[in-house]
This record gives sequence, structure tokens and C-alpha cells, in this order.
Amino acid sequence: MFDLDRWDEIFETIRKNKLRTFLTGLSVASGIFILVILLGIGEGMRNGIAREFEQDASNLILVFPGVTSKEHKGLNPGRRIQLKNQDYNQILLKYGDKLDHSASVYQVYNSVINYGKESGSYRIDGTFPAYQVLENNQLTSGRFININDLDNSENNMVIGHRLKLDLFKDEEAVGKNVQLAGVNFKIVGVFSDPGGERDETRAIIPITTAQKAFGGKNNIANMYLTLKPEDNFDAAVAASTQFSAELEELLKERHTIAPDDNSAMHINNYLENAKRYFSLMDMIRLFFWGVGICTIVAGVVGVSNIMLIIVKERTREIGIRKALGAQPLSIIAMILHESIFVTAIAGFLGLIFSLALLEFVGPLIETQYIYNPTVNFTVAINTVIILVVAGAMAGFFPAWRAARIKPIIALRDE
Amino acid sequence: MIEISNLHKSYRMGANSLHVLKGINFNVEEGELVSIMGSSGSGKSTLLNILGMLDEADEGSYHLDGVPIKNLSEKQAAKYRNKFLGFIFQSFNLIGYKSALDNVALPLYYQGMARSERIDRAMSYLEKVGLAQWASHLPNELSGGQKQRVAIARALASDPKVLLADEPTGALDTKTSYEVMDLIQEINDEGRTILVVTHEHDIAQMTKRIVNLKDGLIIEDTLVSQVRALSHV
Repeated sequence: MFDLDRWDEIFETIRKNKLRTFLTGLSVASGIFILVILLGIGEGMRNGIAREFEQDASNLILVFPGVTSKEHKGLNPGRRIQLKNQDYNQILLKYGDKLDHSASVYQVYNSVINYGKESGSYRIDGTFPAYQVLENNQLTSGRFININDLDNSENNMVIGHRLKLDLFKDEEAVGKNVQLAGVNFKIVGVFSDPGGERDETRAIIPITTAQKAFGGKNNIANMYLTLKPEDNFDAAVAASTQFSAELEELLKERHTIAPDDNSAMHINNYLENAKRYFSLMDMIRLFFWGVGICTIVAGVVGVSNIMLIIVKERTREIGIRKALGAQPLSIIAMILHESIFVTAIAGFLGLIFSLALLEFVGPLIETQYIYNPTVNFTVAINTVIILVVAGAMAGFFPAWRAARIKPIIALRDE
Repeated sequence: MIEISNLHKSYRMGANSLHVLKGINFNVEEGELVSIMGSSGSGKSTLLNILGMLDEADEGSYHLDGVPIKNLSEKQAAKYRNKFLGFIFQSFNLIGYKSALDNVALPLYYQGMARSERIDRAMSYLEKVGLAQWASHLPNELSGGQKQRVAIARALASDPKVLLADEPTGALDTKTSYEVMDLIQEINDEGRTILVVTHEHDIAQMTKRIVNLKDGLIIEDTLVSQVRALSHV
């Protein structure tokens, strides 16, 4: 390996056979390059989707009732389930220490709101202050409803940006009064919602006010809950899945619903949906791996081909060398040494080039679904090593055969 | 120097085998310049290849400088070739991507000689064949005669006991052939044993002894009065 003369021989051979060396190197370098880029994009897609879910948060659990589909304890199917304040309070009582944010919502659809001559029909959400976080609403002016509003059943209202444009046009809305169900409400804030226009044509008032104003007694339409964050995604999914199951059991018990009745109580766990996305991502990554490995196999076949041609091309030279006293082992070593050297250098060049591309171009990618494409360095290095070893093995057999050819036959080779 | 007795060799050609050498008995003393003649198919190249350990005999014995050449491993054969023999081929067989100097130095590389030493040695042999100023040129930049002289320098480089030349002038014109033969005679004058395979009578007359082969047997083995190649140049 450290035989200086051998290195000398190899460098001379490489210098004198630039095209051959270049082609061998190209097939190796491009194989590594494609694999690393594919793995990088796979990782980038995973990161991108992870970011989407992290941003929206979404460890949100949404609870809303439906209609029973099964007879249970003497009650007929087709019964509409109504959530009550007591359900919400019971959950807070039992799981308060696990919950990060929570809100129950009393909803009224198609309520007419008047401001001067302008009027429109909107959805009213009576809810808690935490609703702002749960719905990811950003205030463009004023404030959100607060606990004071709830305690005193204040007639305060926060309106969506679209609703504000409908009724107030360019006018400042905060501080003005509007009429809802014949009652005066004071606008305290305007919000925007990442959900877009549909979610911005809403008015939010304290749940206590809503239940009184619309005769809702202690009815609620749904509940929004989030759990305290966990250290990692898998733990969060596990905690969330378990909590959802317990919640379902508790609510079905309270409302006398059959445990296997799937239509009466909906517990929508966003994190579980995210998990499904991630397993899809894992499939895509697996696919990329498959494609990458096929590329490597193609690279190895390419290297083997070139090695075969090299040995064929050098048969006469091998014969001359043998006539001059070269031993079989030195012939094999010469050919392998060259091929390993070329594949290793080319492999690392491909690796460095692709890593550089990921490093410098990766952060510039501005699509929703690819973010920070990177590749595991150990994996990349191992791939290069595999390729070099495979190339050497592919080169070994023709070299071995060449070394065994009788010099007289090799010399006859034209 | 070379002792051969009852040498047989046959080649298998599919179903039938071709008996090429049918019992050759032949001795060469040190310092001889022998030509082996014969028409094509007479077995002269086969004999030379066996002498050169490039091929192996089926039967018979072969001693080179008192060493029995029989059932050699590849490794041993390579070692003996390097130590005992120098080859000169009709088609020169220089390595195309190596300079004249590096071609001459190659057998020394396989002897394990240090680089600076083998470059010095190779250079002195190139000087001997009159090509010192062509040392850095590649073979395809040289004329046929020059190529053959590089090949002769290479054959001499490892200081072998015997030089084996297979039609050394076969690819050269008459004038160049005589120049090459002059060089071979000079080397022989220094006492080196040389075997030349040829089918040209004028070339054979420039050696000291002619061995005539026909159908795998020696039919004639005569000493001749050597014609100096220089007189024709």
C-alpha cells in the first residue's frame, strides 16, 4: 500500500489514460451523487412535513358529538348527543394537570349582526380566551375576549378580519357597538385566521354571554383541547392517543353510549393524523432508498464493466510485464490498486459535491414540503465504502484471470 | 548454459491434438550466438517459448544454467524469467504509455531495485544502444529500429544469462535489420549467450551456429562462419 513505486506506476497509468479514468470516476461519482441527493430530498420532505405540523401545532384534540347508531342500556339508536358544560368541567377536573390549553365552544350559525345600515349573517362562537391559541388567531387590532368578560358575561365581541371589512369597510371597528340578536355588543378586537376568509367571517363572544343571549342554557357544541408538550414526536403521539382513548371512554360513559358506537362521539386527534402523514413519509423515504440503491447497483455494474474493459485492454501489457518477470500477485495488485484508488477518489468527490449542494442550495429551497434537506454523513460514507469494495470485487476477478493467463497467450493478444 | 533433451509439446485443438515438438535434443554453451531456423509450423517459436518459460513442455527435460526448469509455479517462473532471460520480440512489445527509459527500467522494477538506481541502470543501457537522447520519448514517437533497440536495452537491463529473440528483424527493413543484428553481434561479442529465431537466411548467416527445424525435429545443426552485419551497413 505504501510502496512508493506502486503509487508511481498508478499515477503514471492514470495520467496516460485520462479518458478511461474519467469514465470510471464519472459512473462512481454520479452514483454517489444521485443517492445522496435523493436521501437529502427524502429527509427534506420529512422535515418539511414535520414543520407543517409543528407550526399548526397540532397536538389539538377536537371533541364533537353526533347521533347514536347502536342501542345501549335500553336507549334507542338515533339519539342526538348534546355536550354540556358539566362534561367540559369534568374533563378539566380530571385531566386539568395534563392539559395545556382548553376551550369549549357554544356555536350559533347564521346570526344577523347589524352596524348602522350594514348587516350580515355570521357564525357566532361563544368560547373561552384560550380559543385564540387553539385556533391560532392573530389579533390585527384590539384584544381578544378575556376571563373578565366571561366572569361578568360582558357583551364584548372579537370579529374576524373579513367580517370587519363587511360591516365597517375602512372604518376603525374597535370600540364601536354592533347589534346581535337585539343586544348591543362592543367590538374589542379584530383577528386574522390562518384558515383564511371562511374562518375570518366569525364573531367570538364569551361563552357565558352566548349561552344566555341565545338561550343555550349549559349546552356546548364542541371542545378544543391540547396536551402539554412532550420531549419528542413519538412520545407526544403516544400521550395524545392514550388521552383520546380515555376521553372517549369517559364521555361515552357519561352519555350512555355503547363503547363500540363510532358515530355518537367524535374525538378528532390531529396528532394521529400527523402520524399517518409521517408513516406515508417513511414509505416515500423507503422508496428513495430503493431508488438510491438501484443507482448504486447500476454504478457498481458500470465500474465492473469498465474494469473488464480495462483488463481486456491491458492483456497484452500484462503479458509483457509477465515476460519481464512480474509475478501474478503484482499484476492483481496493480489493477486493484488503481481501481480502488480511482473509485475512492471519485466516490468522495461525488459525496463532497452532493453534500455541498445540499448544504448551500438546501436552505434556499422555499417549498412547503421540502425543508432543510440533509443526509446522514455516516450513511453517505458507508455508501462510498460499499461502492469502492464492490468496485474492487468487480475488478478482482478479471484481474485474477488476467494474472493467470499464460504470457505467451497474452502476448499474442492484438 | 541450455541443455534440452527429448522435448515434446503438443497443442490440443478441439478434438485432435497437434504434435509440434517431437523430441528435441539441443545444447547451447555460454557465449554462443545461435539461430533457430525453419519454415512456419516447424515449431521454432514453440521451442523459443518453452526456452523462455512462457510455455511449458509436455515431456523431456530442460536445464538453464544448471537449474532444472520443470513444474514451476507462476511465481517461480516469473522470478526465473526476470533473473535468467531477456526477451526481444518481433513486435517489440513496448508498453505504449511508458517512455523509452521507463520501458527499459521495468524489469529492474520487478527485481525490486530502488528507483534512482534503476533509472541510472536503464539510462546506461539506452546509451549502449545509442538512444540516450530519446529516453523521454514514448514508443510511438520512435522508428521501428529505435523501438527494437529500446527492446534490446530492456532485455539487457536485468543482466540475463540468455537473450531470446523471436524474429527480431521480422518487422524491419533490410538496412535497419542489419543495424539491429550489428547490435546483437556486439552484445554477443561481450560474451552473452543469444538465441535468435528467424526464417531469413542472411540474418541466420550473421550468427555463429544455425539449427534447422522441420516438423518438430532438428534436421540440421551446423556451425557457420559469421558474417559481420557491419559489413552490410
